[in-house]
Amino acid sequence: MAEYKWPDADKRTLIGKRISRTDGPHKVSGHARYNSDLNRPGMLHGRLLCSPHAHAKITSIDTSAAEAMPGVKAVYIIPDPDREIKWAGEEIVAVAAVDEPTARDAIRAIKVVYEVLPHSVLDTDPKAVGSLARPAQAQKVGDPDKGFAEAEVTAEGLYGMPVITHCCLEPHGSVIEWEDDKNLLVHLSTQAVSSIAAAMAPVLEIPAANIRVKQDHIGGGFGSKFGPDRWDFAAAQLSKKAGGKPVKIFLDRDSELMVAGARPSAYAKVKVGAKKDGTITAWQSESWASGGQGGGGSPPMPYIFNIPNQSKQHTAIQTNIGPQRAWRAPNHPQACLITMSALEDLAAAIGMDPLEFFLKNIELTGPRAEIYREEFQIAADLIGWKKNWHQRGDKTAGPIKRGLGLSLHTWGGGGHPSDCDITIQPDGSVELKMGTQDLGTGTRTTVEIVAADTFGLPMGVVKVLIGDNRFPTSGGSGGSTTIAGVSGATRRAALDALDQIFAKAAPALGAKPEDLEAVAGTILVKSNPAKRLTWKQACSKIGQVPITVRGKNPGPGKLGDSGVGGVQMADVSVDIETGVVRVNKIVAVQDCGLVIDIKTAESQVYGALIMGVCSALYEEKIMDAKTGKMLNPNMEFYKLAGIGDIGDLVVHMMTGKGYDERGVIGLGEPPAVSPYAALSNAVANAIGVRVPTLPLTPDRVLAALAKKGGSNARI
Amino acid sequence: MRGFEYASPTTKEQAVSLLGSSDDDAMALAGGTDLLSLMKDDIVAPRRLVNLKDVAELRGIRLLPDGSLRIGALVTVQELLDNAIVKRGYASLIHAADGITSPQIRAMGTVGGDLCQRPRCWYYRAGFGLLAKDKDGAALVPEGDNRYHAILGNTGPAYFVNPSSLAPALIALGAKLHIFGSGGQVEMNLENFFAAPTSANEKEYRLKPNEIVTEIIVPSAGGWKNATYEVRQKESLDWPLAAASVALKMSGKTIESARVVLGHVAPVPWRSGEAQAYLAGKTISEQVAETAGTLAVARASAMSHNGYKIQLARVAVKRAIMKAAQGGQR
Amino acid sequence: MSDEKKPDKQGLSRRGFLKASGISLSVPLVLNYRMVKAAGAEVKVLGPGKAPIQLTINSKPFTAEVEPRVTLLEALRNDLDLTGAKRVCDRATCGACTVIMDGKPVYSCSVLAIEAQGKKITTVEGLMQGERLHPVQQAFVDNDAQQCGYCTPGFVVACKAFLDKNPNPTPEEVKRGLGGNLCRCGTYVGVRAAVLQASRGRKGGQRG
Repeated sequence: MAEYKWPDADKRTLIGKRISRTDGPHKVSGHARYNSDLNRPGMLHGRLLCSPHAHAKITSIDTSAAEAMPGVKAVYIIPDPDREIKWAGEEIVAVAAVDEPTARDAIRAIKVVYEVLPHSVLDTDPKAVGSLARPAQAQKVGDPDKGFAEAEVTAEGLYGMPVITHCCLEPHGSVIEWEDDKNLLVHLSTQAVSSIAAAMAPVLEIPAANIRVKQDHIGGGFGSKFGPDRWDFAAAQLSKKAGGKPVKIFLDRDSELMVAGARPSAYAKVKVGAKKDGTITAWQSESWASGGQGGGGSPPMPYIFNIPNQSKQHTAIQTNIGPQRAWRAPNHPQACLITMSALEDLAAAIGMDPLEFFLKNIELTGPRAEIYREEFQIAADLIGWKKNWHQRGDKTAGPIKRGLGLSLHTWGGGGHPSDCDITIQPDGSVELKMGTQDLGTGTRTTVEIVAADTFGLPMGVVKVLIGDNRFPTSGGSGGSTTIAGVSGATRRAALDALDQIFAKAAPALGAKPEDLEAVAGTILVKSNPAKRLTWKQACSKIGQVPITVRGKNPGPGKLGDSGVGGVQMADVSVDIETGVVRVNKIVAVQDCGLVIDIKTAESQVYGALIMGVCSALYEEKIMDAKTGKMLNPNMEFYKLAGIGDIGDLVVHMMTGKGYDERGVIGLGEPPAVSPYAALSNAVANAIGVRVPTLPLTPDRVLAALAKKGGSNARI
Repeated sequence: MRGFEYASPTTKEQAVSLLGSSDDDAMALAGGTDLLSLMKDDIVAPRRLVNLKDVAELRGIRLLPDGSLRIGALVTVQELLDNAIVKRGYASLIHAADGITSPQIRAMGTVGGDLCQRPRCWYYRAGFGLLAKDKDGAALVPEGDNRYHAILGNTGPAYFVNPSSLAPALIALGAKLHIFGSGGQVEMNLENFFAAPTSANEKEYRLKPNEIVTEIIVPSAGGWKNATYEVRQKESLDWPLAAASVALKMSGKTIESARVVLGHVAPVPWRSGEAQAYLAGKTISEQVAETAGTLAVARASAMSHNGYKIQLARVAVKRAIMKAAQGGQR
Repeated sequence: MSDEKKPDKQGLSRRGFLKASGISLSVPLVLNYRMVKAAGAEVKVLGPGKAPIQLTINSKPFTAEVEPRVTLLEALRNDLDLTGAKRVCDRATCGACTVIMDGKPVYSCSVLAIEAQGKKITTVEGLMQGERLHPVQQAFVDNDAQQCGYCTPGFVVACKAFLDKNPNPTPEEVKRGLGGNLCRCGTYVGVRAAVLQASRGRKGGQRG
């Protein structure tokens, strides 16, 4: 019986090294086929008619002209029981035609009559939206009155961030075809290959077992691509109407930004109090959020710091914008921005270095306190905190002001349920199958690393097959649960498979199975390494029938864990005459237990920082109050950072003793939490005043400066 | 995009003859980076596209006998940037072209196309028309989200900003434009090419549907210090929030005369008479540049969300002057 | 479109338009094109229906039948099954559709397929030398300049074009010279390192 644990550091040949992602060559060569790249035989192109109104009743739909057009093969009215449109961009009719231009012409030929109803798309002021703002939560911890009475210094402020949209580069969508009356083949851009069939089956009224779901690559998800969407069901219905022909519907960019991803906003009026020595005594917040009809999330505040006395109220605002979807670390970025900004303002009110202030209160973070302390010290060295930090407001001459800011974050993670089948052939070839997906996080690469390291094989031998719901079930990629799930299942399968190889090879080596180990392409006797078989020779002992072993997560042995954190520090320059913010540098120090592949893990953190720069400085789903439309459903005014906008990024992964033995923990979400707060705090440090809400655009920066009444504020 | 027919003539006479009496009839295709987007968004839907890229006479940059520079309308932004004469004498033009930070746009976009591209006003691009009115005829911009809209010349009915990157620099350099139509060639000051529309049937520049821009003539900039300064949020491809281009005719250390043109602040490239008059006879200093900036926005007025642009425009003018004084280094 | 007159597609009167624009038909409408007299010359007018086109892509000839409104990107992806170039913004902003045309990087979403005839087009699929990755591609792999990979082909092509023009760029030039491509996962650190690795005279990227 194998001992289910990770190899010791000195035994790891691949785990914890810097390995290039295995599908890299496919991606850089353009050969990687995303589902949006598929040209299935006889494929029809689907397009959608979407509502121009944010709130309306549909009075009538006339599709006759579209149906009569040559080349149009199917028209499908998307069912909507109450025929009520609740956001602009909501899909009403789908059309499938022989090519895209024809499908677009057909959409234009459809006539929909609307009864336009009042809408509300703004969420910045709960008092302005009447009954659309509903009290959602109120909580008291300790004795807030006493806490504030004890406080020698208090700081009050408004903080927040708007709704932003995922803007996956590969839009949401699918290619769907009926293989026969009862069997559906679904190529869908999804973060949850194994779960799609169960979600589609009841609606299509066929057994989930008859739905095959495949996806080799996905062009971004970030939390927005878990279930099948209305347009995917529409594609299935269009295909049915068209005799089973494949129908491809991938959203146009404007739809993608309007309806296929919205991270809830969050705003809060916060008051915090502390003693002059920096001890935080009390927290009070009135917060509100919106994410469309759902009313947004409820960010956990105060974030991380368990302040002894708290008084909190939260309000949910309903709006006529596209529905909210999960986004890397749901609720955490909002809570983090609000909390860390308020605390940094408090530190500034005391006149204390925020690093010192955060460390002074670090015990309030709970059991991770010592890790945060260590991480803060590393980050401070990497960014030169001691040398470069100054009291609020860069006093040097000239319009360019420089500042530093910091933040910290946490995330749970844990491994999701995952099954992994490994088949070893008598010729030594190895195949690994799992119904997981690689979001670009490196899943494909990491499971190969785990299997190959376990077998003592180099990269390139184990054939990894993922992205098919016919493969053993694996959870959706969300909540940073994938890596622990898939690596645990893979390790267990590989160890069990190796046990079987050992058992078969032991007689030939004149040793007991438990005395064998797999090293560098051989199976050898630990006490006498000269006695060895090559991997191939050992596998030939299997006999005629290959062995297949299933590994599961959860399962025996502690291979994964949950609960990680990190700290980040940002260095920015702000032009106080124009309000333009430039990032000089961001440092991220992050722990996530045992890192399987340092290279792709670092990429996750770099990516999180860049995403943070995007929404700290640029991103906003800009809604027009009067027309109810999103004004920037394009990549020109829905601004994302480019290669020159991110400054220099430094990533430090906490590895080795104290971290590795925890096992594998996910990394997708945690580093995406802190950048907003670190950048906002850096801007406040640079210009001497808080810019209350993100994004930190020139208008907001100049408005904050004007409020401060600084000499350069001239509006 | 709706269907259209396509022709690719080889002379400007053919091109003009293939155009029609309205944009619905036919439109001229140059770099395509704006026109095709407008067509995809169904903002324009010409029945014919007349591709100008095979018209060789619209290409090329060359010095004319009088020392002025002739830039073909189809010269790409990258060709402009790479041209030795432009690099030597027209810093402000280089700065403006350099602000288009996408190599792809620079490779595709043409000088004529930059001048004739349509406003980026998001109400216009969402189908509410160039004057951005709702179905009841009410203007959407003044009370709507106008963060990127005009602060000068914004008394209506036009509230958008002219999107051209090159026009402020070209106007400051005193450029003229050649327009070719059925009646032959017309020359006009580039400044006069632009005009804020007063009705929904007008465009923001004076080019009839059956006319094309053929070339731009830029006088020699000898003796003129010139520079452009753009306030952009992003380093990568992004529209300026405000821009200013200046050309200063120097007599020793004194400014003999000045041209100051602001971009992205008004429905037309905005010539600031106030700043120009002030600068004449002055010696360049930080203080003088600052005052010129203040004067340039003296008549600016904020709508609900764009007050910050007044500050940006002021700073852009100041910095363009100082940049010109420093020899127009990038 | 409240204050702009929409063209009435159904009521399109070609005869009226042609008359108004002073063009006379010299050849009656034929299958794919007709010749129109313009300024004394015969000019071919194609569409609005499908017309045959010939494209030279990665040194190979391709033919397709497309309407004039089909972009080069759509022709590559839908008609020629060359799906390396991606449709992301479809509005000349994000760079995911970048191809090299006559030596220059262009957004293929904003080039008509019909006007790309006679041009030398290189797509990401044409960069490999046999089985070997192009140095830029190899550098992308080595420096993990990709995550989901959807922006990657366009970025690779843009970097190739950038290096063709600037064979030995400084890190600052790399930051300033690739402003026409956007990535959502956040791979720019890897891309910067990859461009430097692939540039002439440099060995080894910053991200090992």
